[in-house]
Amino acid sequence: MTKLLEINNLHAAIDGKEIIRELNLSVNKGEVHVIMGPNGAGKSTLANVIMGYPHYTVTKGNIIFEEDDITEDRTDERAKKGIFLSFQNSEEVEGITVENFLRAAKGAITGQNISFVSFRKELMSVMSEIDFDSEYAHRYLNVGFSGGEKKKNEIVQMLVLNPKLAILDETDSGLDVDAVRAVSEGINRFRSKNNAIIIITHNTRLLSSVEPDYVHILADGRIMRTGDKSLAHEINEHGFTSLPLL
Amino acid sequence: MDRNKTQIEDINRSIYDIHDKEAAAHQVERGLSKEIVTEISRYKDEPSWMLEARLASLETYHRLGLPKWGPSLHELNMEDIITYVKPNTDMKTSWEDIPEFIKNTFDRLGIPEAEKKALSGVGAQYDSEVVYHSIKEELLRQGVIYTDMGTALIEYEDIIKEHFMKLIPPSDHKFVALHGAVWSGGSFVYVPPNTEVRLPLQSYFRVNAPGAGQFEHTLIIVDKGSKVHFIEGCSAPKYNVLNLHAGCVELYVKEGASLRYSTIENWSRNMLNLNTKRAIVDKNGSIEWVSGTFGSRITMLYPMSILKGEGARSEYVGISFASEGQTLDTGTKVVHLAPNTYSTVNSRSISKKGGKATYRSSIVVTPEARDSKSSVICESLMLDSSCRSDTIPVMDIRNDAVDIGHEAKIGRISEEAIYYIMSRGISEAEARAMIVRGFAEPIAKELPLEYAVEMNRLIDIELEGSIG
Ligand SMILES: Nc1ncnc2c1ncn2[C@@H]1O[C@H](COP(=O)(O)OP(=O)(O)OP(=O)(O)O)[C@@H](O)[C@H]1O
Ligand SMILES: [Mg+2]
Repeated sequence: MTKLLEINNLHAAIDGKEIIRELNLSVNKGEVHVIMGPNGAGKSTLANVIMGYPHYTVTKGNIIFEEDDITEDRTDERAKKGIFLSFQNSEEVEGITVENFLRAAKGAITGQNISFVSFRKELMSVMSEIDFDSEYAHRYLNVGFSGGEKKKNEIVQMLVLNPKLAILDETDSGLDVDAVRAVSEGINRFRSKNNAIIIITHNTRLLSSVEPDYVHILADGRIMRTGDKSLAHEINEHGFTSLPLL
Repeated sequence: MDRNKTQIEDINRSIYDIHDKEAAAHQVERGLSKEIVTEISRYKDEPSWMLEARLASLETYHRLGLPKWGPSLHELNMEDIITYVKPNTDMKTSWEDIPEFIKNTFDRLGIPEAEKKALSGVGAQYDSEVVYHSIKEELLRQGVIYTDMGTALIEYEDIIKEHFMKLIPPSDHKFVALHGAVWSGGSFVYVPPNTEVRLPLQSYFRVNAPGAGQFEHTLIIVDKGSKVHFIEGCSAPKYNVLNLHAGCVELYVKEGASLRYSTIENWSRNMLNLNTKRAIVDKNGSIEWVSGTFGSRITMLYPMSILKGEGARSEYVGISFASEGQTLDTGTKVVHLAPNTYSTVNSRSISKKGGKATYRSSIVVTPEARDSKSSVICESLMLDSSCRSDTIPVMDIRNDAVDIGHEAKIGRISEEAIYYIMSRGISEAEARAMIVRGFAEPIAKELPLEYAVEMNRLIDIELEGSIG
């Protein structure tokens, strides 16, 4: 088993307020990890700290990616190393189309000149895979997209950029039944023994088709419990408060 | 790929800044006097009515004061300005016949190249006179006229006399009066009825002599049911003395005709750019202004549309980018005179390093202009905290059967958006550039592809110093 991500005794703060504390997490290639936890527990914070959002300060601990300490790396460097975040709330960027943006991103990540024609083909096929109207490729990045459309657009980006570690922050929320199916099929196709996925979610819908290896409960800035798929169902039925330690 | 090159134009500032020596065949003394004005007219062998008009304009100039609003123009001293510099050549219709040093300048700017690829006709002005003019055979056969104003004054004297400074009278403001006194060069376009000019016509204005003024006059008449796109480009090398540009553009859009007038202006930072542009639009006619202002020390530019006929339309899209030491005061004026007239304004400004960008507009709807519609959107983007951006929209609505919309936004680049873009592997500098280019995109997409590329290059040049 090859180790992909290792987080050691991580503490992270924003505006002087500590949100992540004593967090440890280890992810191997080929694994799918699920992180659940109450609102405000720090799940998105963790995702953004892994991605390197400059507003968060890591006050203690480190993040190792493929044996490389990336704790001080810039966000774009992390992306180039193969980390991807599907945002809980994706930004809208005026004036640049989804297609042009993604082609530029792919060029930046691979360090290669991406041919217009073959890229368009690839993008169109990825979009149809997850039932996302190809019309959206020509719209400005997320501008005026509905909640579900933004989520689909994140998955399109993941599939096109093909990262080693994909963190999906509530990508399933706001998706209709058909979209959940399409997106989970996309995730399953992406899933391989060479990459890993961290799924942050509030419900088990996605997990019926995307089989997780581990389920973690994040509360109060740390991982309180780790189990298998059954832990997710337990929470689904009884809520977080029923769990010991919470 | 060399990031400083575009398809049609070598846009690296240093290339704009190359200037030629010994270019002039004839130039007047510095300053402004009756004698100088008379000398210009005599030298150009003009009809006597034109000399009279020039002298009357000169009097108006002396009578009028500087504008009481907008950027201060006190550093302009007309005693230092050379109002007429004739380049060392006559007007040619073949690039091969133009003196090497002038041809090189236009080669560097990519004009002959663009002409081959994507234009119906080209005019090139060097200081005070047009040195090159050409038009495609096929347009000549259709009766389209595209020539320099000097030639037009001789060959189409009646048309010129009927229209010249009738839409923009010298009394309009001090610099129009100055223009009326010392104007030279510029282009004349006439499109006969029901004629569509498919590829654009382009005039390029280049100032080379230090301390020179450029006062070209552009007159375009688009007859009933016709259609044309005119593009104007401007640049100059940088000097440490002020240059002055006070051109004048008069556009007549007849019934059912449509005219698109695009400008990419990249004057050097020692230029005072006080240009006046106006269109009068008849029934169901349409004027579209596309305006990119990047250069100059001070610009005051407010293209005006007079919607005279029922159903006439005006669309204005403009962008300006004010950097260190620049004051760019731009906007538009629309006067709705007839029922069912329609206007839209979409203005964007970017400022950085203490640059000052002001948006100024005036929308007037008269009592006759019932069931008219106007929508104004102006947005500004400030790249740092040292710059200033003002929005001064004025509306004068004189009837209540109108639909008026107005929206103004002033903002900065969102740090979240930069983070989002960077999370896809793109560097911070490129993320910022993407956001700025995206902000300019609604304007860029109105330009022909080569010019959109050129505009993005200008934005990139501006951004290079400020980030990364
Ligand atoms: N700038 C800030 N200043 C202070 N507190 C902040 C700031 N940003 C986030 N927080 C707090 O950090 C905590 C963790 O937020 P986070 O978004 O990580 O929660 P989450 O687990 O993703 O919740 P949800 O399930 O609702 O998405 C919250 O209590 C939030 O209010
Ligand atoms: Mg969250």
